[in-house]
Amino acid sequence: MRVELTQAAFDAGARLSAFSAGRSEVGAVVSFTGLCRSAPGLTALELEAYPGFTETIIRGVAETTVSEHGLLDLEIIHRIGRIAPGEPIVWVAAAAAHRRAAFEGCDRMMDFLKSRAPFWKREHLTGGDARWIEPTAQDHADLARWAAAPAESETR
Amino acid sequence: MARVLLFGRLADVAGWRERAFDAATLASLRSELLLSDPALGEALAGRGVQAAVDQTLVRGDIALTAASEVAFLPPMSGG
Repeated sequence: MRVELTQAAFDAGARLSAFSAGRSEVGAVVSFTGLCRSAPGLTALELEAYPGFTETIIRGVAETTVSEHGLLDLEIIHRIGRIAPGEPIVWVAAAAAHRRAAFEGCDRMMDFLKSRAPFWKREHLTGGDARWIEPTAQDHADLARWAAAPAESETR
Repeated sequence: MARVLLFGRLADVAGWRERAFDAATLASLRSELLLSDPALGEALAGRGVQAAVDQTLVRGDIALTAASEVAFLPPMSGG
């Protein structure tokens, strides 16, 4: 399991090849790449992390996700700093023996990363304005889907 | 001197991100910050703002040492 925060742009395809290589015990790898979507007036996103703290919190949720979904591995790359529209912001890959666990583990990790992860997000707009963004109601609703997951996964 | 870190909009309100303060407890640090910068003190008491001491979230008061790192965290937005 790996959690990486990086200032630099990354190549999701190359990361997926490396993650998938040499795994004879794995039957399923699911990955998700989140891109910075362009919007009218948006010049860049800026993500701030609390170095050390942010990684520790993400790692804790990743460990829970691995154990509750029976994953064989989980890797997370998250950009920090300034991100231009079209660039990857986040990448998650989950490896499991079978596809269902890999799909669900990746989905659950993303719901956490999008709504509760310790990042502070700012939109930079044309003209030099900037505004801080809080999580949306949809993000919280997505995360709430997993509230019943521990009990479910025990019976699987 | 405890090292105080501000994140997100809190740093914008204060005009700084990191500064050293002399305070024996988290509560006395909050009082000092409120006294020196009322707008920041008010923002720190705002809804959803959390404090972490040495990278652990803290509710209520806690003793600080010269080596303490105190971080004030606005509501986390996710990535």
